[in-house]
Amino acid sequence: MITPRTEAELAELIAGAKQPMQVIGGGTRSAMAPRADILTSRGLSGISLYEPGSLTLVAQAGTALSDIEAALEAEGQCLPFEPVDHRGLLGTSGTPTIGGVFAANVSGPRRIQVGAARDFLLGVRFVDGSGRILKNGGRVMKNVTGYDLVKLMAGSKGRLGVLSEVALKVLPRTEVVCTLVIVGLDDAAAVRAMAQALGSPYEVSGAAHWPGQGTFLRIEGFAGSVAYRAEKLRGMLGGDIEQSVEVWPKIRDVSPFHGVAGDIWRLSVKPSDAPGIVARSGAEAALYDWGGGLVWLRMAPGTDLRTRIAGFQGHATLLRADEQTLARLPVEQPESPTIAALSAGIRAKFDPRGIFATDTDMIRAIVS
Amino acid sequence: MDMPTPNPVILAKKPQLVERLLRVLPRDAVIHLEAETRAYECDALTAYRCPPMVAVLPSTTQEVSDILRICHEMGVPVVPRGSGTSLAGGALPTADCLILGVARMNAVLETDYENRFIRVQSGRTNLSVTGAVQESDFFYAPDPSSQLACAIAGNIAMNSGGAHCLKYGVTTNNLMGVTMVLMDGTVVEIGGAHLDAGGLDLLGVICGSEGQLGVVTEATLRILRKPEGARPVLMGFDSNEVAGECVSDIIKAGVLPVAIEFMDRPCIRATEAFAKAGYPDCEALLIVEVEGSDAEIDEQLDKIIAIARRHHPVELRESKSADESARIWLGRKSAFGAMGQINDYMCLDGTIPVSQLPYVLRRIGEMSKEYGLDVGNVFHAGDGNMHPLILFDANKPGDLELCEALGADILKLCVEVGGCLTGEHGVGIEKRDLMVDQFAPDDLDIQMAVKDVFDPQWLLNPAKVFPLAASDARRAA
Repeated sequence: MITPRTEAELAELIAGAKQPMQVIGGGTRSAMAPRADILTSRGLSGISLYEPGSLTLVAQAGTALSDIEAALEAEGQCLPFEPVDHRGLLGTSGTPTIGGVFAANVSGPRRIQVGAARDFLLGVRFVDGSGRILKNGGRVMKNVTGYDLVKLMAGSKGRLGVLSEVALKVLPRTEVVCTLVIVGLDDAAAVRAMAQALGSPYEVSGAAHWPGQGTFLRIEGFAGSVAYRAEKLRGMLGGDIEQSVEVWPKIRDVSPFHGVAGDIWRLSVKPSDAPGIVARSGAEAALYDWGGGLVWLRMAPGTDLRTRIAGFQGHATLLRADEQTLARLPVEQPESPTIAALSAGIRAKFDPRGIFATDTDMIRAIVS
Repeated sequence: MDMPTPNPVILAKKPQLVERLLRVLPRDAVIHLEAETRAYECDALTAYRCPPMVAVLPSTTQEVSDILRICHEMGVPVVPRGSGTSLAGGALPTADCLILGVARMNAVLETDYENRFIRVQSGRTNLSVTGAVQESDFFYAPDPSSQLACAIAGNIAMNSGGAHCLKYGVTTNNLMGVTMVLMDGTVVEIGGAHLDAGGLDLLGVICGSEGQLGVVTEATLRILRKPEGARPVLMGFDSNEVAGECVSDIIKAGVLPVAIEFMDRPCIRATEAFAKAGYPDCEALLIVEVEGSDAEIDEQLDKIIAIARRHHPVELRESKSADESARIWLGRKSAFGAMGQINDYMCLDGTIPVSQLPYVLRRIGEMSKEYGLDVGNVFHAGDGNMHPLILFDANKPGDLELCEALGADILKLCVEVGGCLTGEHGVGIEKRDLMVDQFAPDDLDIQMAVKDVFDPQWLLNPAKVFPLAASDARRAA
């Protein structure tokens, strides 16, 4: 494990690298065993700037997510996009880092209201495959100066460079939270109910359906407003208003699938398509978030989900499976030839020597 | 402002280009007579003008593809144009270019309330996107001031913002997918009715790329249900510092207004003389607007007013009706017109950390005196997006240059305090040569490398965004 302590050291290591490396933060977001030299950014740690009145925080990429959350908590603020904790789902251990959150662009239930992790990333510093230290974006809320490589780096999973510093937008924590719970809806009725709620003026900050458990709508804000909106939604859709919010971290982290055997797939689709796709998939279990736009599926081991739901609009990611399956099925949704060529072109510019290996690259090289 | 010298080899190809274009486009979609191309000689940065060689007005993605394929084969530079409202010169032609205007592509292709999106052709104007869904009480959130005229294509190219982006975000946060034509004529679909990218987030880098990576012909946009209502409160303070602190405290308190607008004394005075909105005579004025039901609005305004009182405002005026709201907004909405009444003006949009507001306003005041040019400030304070309006006289020799020099100094100040050159207007030609103040050579190189991938010959809007010296080798290749 290579653990540079400074950005300069990181740049030097990459410039001098002779063979592919796997880049990780805390290493909690991939279930696959390492296949190459591992480079972790966790040695780059610390919050360098936090201005609660400007809603901005700048930290080195290896800073533990828990440290960021503790600093925000002390000022009554939070990361509004609710980063997923993958450890329970993937059986990994370790400490998630803030760089890893953005490199994987992981967003929880509030994504439908406030946006994804990528929407809260204001600026980055990173080292590219040639060992150059680069920056893009900044630490202000609005910035259209040059190309937005911040968005490109978000979700790039270490393929384009190693993040060394991130600047992010934060928001105040909400004062009051409640959940409207509706039981007894089938998948299609649940997605329709969530669409009604999300299409209302009542600012729903979470809309999830857990088959067998219920359909959940989250309302947040100031006390009077929350009571008013929850009552309005109950009038529209029925159900019970509960003060409990325990269900939301479970949905965020896909708790129903923790410790249960089977392949795990993550689908991003048009919400109204979701129930039909789930029915065609033959999944053993499903969990709907984002009003149906995000579906987690548990499938019999080795199933090629993409063949079963061929022609669907959106993308399917294989998160957890055995090595044979991973060698056979691409982790990410295959792209159209033109998009694939553009993505490959960008990768070749950012990493001309092919230093940054994805775990799919490595596992395929070894198994084949 | 330098632009590349027109290439005589390309100019000589004009007859052949027109002939080939007429084979794929209706006669009235190809504009090539000198008297007619003049209509495309500038955008809203009117200080710079140059008629293009040819302008075309396609109606379909297929026509855009045909045009780009022809230009690609003939090596003709292409400048895409939405409605031509760019304040940064993003659609400024060169004499040897083809202007590709998307104004005829304004259809609504699909409206889906259940999944909350609309798909439109990119020439549709920003306001008419909301117009297409407002009967069902939905709206499209990004609202640049030019929204009556500006096209979605230009909004995507510049990643446009607006007054309400404090709550709803800018274009990139509301854009779900595009149909885009690459310079060689290839049509690509990126994103759609689902959220987030499956692989690299190409949509994220296309938005804000100033028409240099491809021509967007269709867009899938997120639409939102309208709030039940909205009302502002107006507050006056006797110093910029105190107003700045009040903004910070409101944000910290957990209230998320849809807009926090700031006007300084020069701007308040000009506005009062022009629109007579009844604003107090004070150093700084804030308009804070919140949304919701009546009771929700009251709940939020109570909190905001309690915070404001701690800062001893010289005036506090809470709107209780639609009429009072309109009067509070009247001055702000006529601010640009009011300044334009006094003289010509240049509008900048550098963005700074909110904490730096008082310092930057003080420095701008000092610089204004040093240069002998008046500057009024009216801006989106919640997100630090400044809008200094520098007054000058376009008919007075040397005044434009003086104004540009002051503008450059103000933007450098924005960068110096941790901000950026442009928050919502884009770089275009206006801020092109200042990019070296914000970015190191390698930072610019990696951006240009992205253009190399999408447009290897640098034919799309080639002389924009990057300093000419930096992009020289690539454009010549």
